Amino acid sequence: MAERYSSFSGGSTRWFLQRISAAFLVVTLAFHFLLLHFYHHAPEITFGGSAARYSVPAYFITMVLFLAAATFHGTNGVYNALVNQGITGTPKRVAKWVLVVAGVLVFVQGIRVALALMGASA
Amino acid sequence: MSQSHNRGLVEDFGRWREFSAGMWAWVFHKFTGWVLIGYLFTHIAVLSSALSGDAAYTNTLQGLEQLAVVRVLEVGLLAVAVFHIFNGIRLLFIDLGVGLDLDTQEKSFYASLILTGIIVVASVPVFLEGL
Repeated sequence: MAERYSSFSGGSTRWFLQRISAAFLVVTLAFHFLLLHFYHHAPEITFGGSAARYSVPAYFITMVLFLAAATFHGTNGVYNALVNQGITGTPKRVAKWVLVVAGVLVFVQGIRVALALMGASA
Repeated sequence: MSQSHNRGLVEDFGRWREFSAGMWAWVFHKFTGWVLIGYLFTHIAVLSSALSGDAAYTNTLQGLEQLAVVRVLEVGLLAVAVFHIFNGIRLLFIDLGVGLDLDTQEKSFYASLILTGIIVVASVPVFLEGL
């Protein structure tokens, strides 16, 4: 078997999800930048324009999945970085739960924003 | 088999002279990752103005876009995101066992840097439009 050079311990669910979310984010992050900086232009973004986009179910679902993938990939990435730096025991447990809570909070808040934008055009 | 590598501490800044391309790729990927997760929280906080209504959202976003420093920071964010994407694709290939030899790993890292540079420079006019 080929020697692995990854920073993460292989074989775990988190290891797999980090890569699945990475592959998804490559596409969605590029799409997000292209749509909102090159197709539309950031200085011209309005509530009405955002609401119109979020009223399209495929866009709404894509953005919710984008948020979920970004939140997981980011918080899990920070956790992996901290473990890689050598934290163990209580600091490791504290880091884990702080990141879980922060991740849940940012995801819930993002969903509230998405629902507000979707509902506005209904 | 999986093998762990002792990279030492990144905080030992004096070590940067000893870094190989692979170490720089690792440091840049970590740095850009920290910036992106930090930005996600900031981004959701700004977009939360949507919860205060139509005018609050539009005025907040358009007000920020009028600031030159925000536009410059957005170019920086683009650079960080594009590098993280290209280097991330490189890491996914390496995890799949493609491009494992050191020469290919180094070349693909340099390719990530060059592509990032080209895309960012080409995007500057779009990001600074109307300032």
